[in-house]
Amino acid sequence: MLIEYFEFANLWIFLYNTAIILTTIMSLSIEEVRKIAKLARIKLTPAEEKRHADTISTVLNFVNTLNEVDTQGVEPTAQVTGLEDVTREDVTKICPYKKELLAQMPLISANLLKVPAVFGDSEDVI
Amino acid sequence: MKLNELTISEAQAGLRSKKFTAVELTQACLNRIKERNKELNAFITVCEELALMEAAIADKRLVQGKALPLTGIPFAVKDAICTAGVRSTGAAKILDNYVPPFNATVIEKIRTQGGILLGKNNCDAFGHGASNENSMYGPVKNPRDLKKVAGGSSGGSAAAVADNMCLFAIAEDTGGSIRQPASFCGVVGMRPSYGRNSRFGIMPMASSFDTVGPITKTVADMAIVMQVIAGKDSLDATTVSEVVPDYNVEIKKDLEGLRVGVPKEYFEVDGMDKEVRKIIENQIKNLEKQGAEIINVSLPLTKYAIAVYYVLVPSEVSSNLGRLDGVRYGVRAEGKDLLDLYSNSRAQGFPEEVKRRILIGTYALSAGYYDAYYKKAQQVRTLIRLDFDRVFSDVDVLITPTSPFPSFGLGEKSSDPIQLYLADILVSPAASAGIPAISVPAGETKSGLPVGLQIMGSRLNEGLIMRVANYIKR
Repeated sequence: MLIEYFEFANLWIFLYNTAIILTTIMSLSIEEVRKIAKLARIKLTPAEEKRHADTISTVLNFVNTLNEVDTQGVEPTAQVTGLEDVTREDVTKICPYKKELLAQMPLISANLLKVPAVFGDSEDVI
Repeated sequence: MKLNELTISEAQAGLRSKKFTAVELTQACLNRIKERNKELNAFITVCEELALMEAAIADKRLVQGKALPLTGIPFAVKDAICTAGVRSTGAAKILDNYVPPFNATVIEKIRTQGGILLGKNNCDAFGHGASNENSMYGPVKNPRDLKKVAGGSSGGSAAAVADNMCLFAIAEDTGGSIRQPASFCGVVGMRPSYGRNSRFGIMPMASSFDTVGPITKTVADMAIVMQVIAGKDSLDATTVSEVVPDYNVEIKKDLEGLRVGVPKEYFEVDGMDKEVRKIIENQIKNLEKQGAEIINVSLPLTKYAIAVYYVLVPSEVSSNLGRLDGVRYGVRAEGKDLLDLYSNSRAQGFPEEVKRRILIGTYALSAGYYDAYYKKAQQVRTLIRLDFDRVFSDVDVLITPTSPFPSFGLGEKSSDPIQLYLADILVSPAASAGIPAISVPAGETKSGLPVGLQIMGSRLNEGLIMRVANYIKR
């Protein structure tokens, strides 16, 4: 029963992925570009939205050629060194660049970084 | 011969025998930069005062007979690599005012060994490009022909070495960014094995691909610089602990019994220039005459390497560049709230191609698309890696052109991202597999443009590919 359930679920995952692959052959809409630009925190002009919709669609169609390659049962590669669990001693070090790092900050107040408030219209916070 | 035209080994000999001083050598490079940078645009920042001060210290060492391997040798660094006290923009306006308080490990090693930092080289912003036209500080011109591109992303570094503005340069190669411009400008450039050189202090582009390597005038110089920078670094957990061989000895061994693989797919890609192909084929014949055995091999997944690259790299880029938001360092744009501040800072601080890659990566990693894009590309990456493993059981090195064509015109490919992406078709596979690859000048086209020959080896075989490169005569 359980096995059947998983096979059924896998079939749906397969169909879902296939549907995704097929839909990406169509072009990316301006709304989709707006959505990913918002996720990526980049403000785009209307002209940029149009250009990115066109060029990203071209790139996605190009990378879809990967579907020609049979990858069933192939392990994904995330790294090439074979190194595992590289650790170091968990010790605190004094940062020797405190002054220089503070000098890089766009806005400081009494050695603290100043940014706009995260919520609402309240005053800038530090 | 002018001092700035010397190789590292010639300059070392001259400095030690007191034929000239480090200050004279450094001044000769600075003069060349002043004379040519307006045209070539190879440097974003030049640190004249610092360079001359360090050269004077080097001269004291030389007088005392305490010279270190690179004492008094002037060099330049790609602007996407951090240099202590010297502005490092990554060629993007979001870091226009960024002065790192620390050196990248490779730069620290070179400066500790006496290298004189001349300045920072122009590049495609954060390494995104193959023509150096994506820099927010203007494109770099090819020293051989000012109407042509220098290649990218490390175009400024390759142009600076080719034009004798420095004796060598340190650059970064994610998918061909050292080798392709080295090929276009007629100099030697190497991408080491992933894990051989520390990446601590380079501005990350795609962490599972990024490597740091030198651009030099000769292979012997490549061995000198690699000897200084290679090795494990506690600040980069991806560096490996295998012993660094003596490259200066390695490159002098002969070619007897060497098995050279020629992968046919690399000679059959679309747009392969006939002159380029002929030059590389002639060089392969020369190697055969010198004792190497030539074996035809096949790497059938070559044509998918660019597609793998343009899923995985933008994905990693979208994550890595998340740190640049105008909050803690760099240039902050005004915004009515925090979200607006991020979005405006990134809109103004990144060029078009960087935005495109962040958007592609954000899309590929978003819910529902991960398996179709990211995981699929990672699986094909595995197959590309296995393809190389299989071939390297039959041959010691692989020889191919570095680029299917010589340098192209400024603006010629910039309007079509795919055309520009495909310029890296022969350099990108090695990046996917994490193997070392070197580009060495192999000849010139009839119109005088340099052609590079690429030698790839199995992991950590930098010594071997440099040795073969040393036998390539222009």
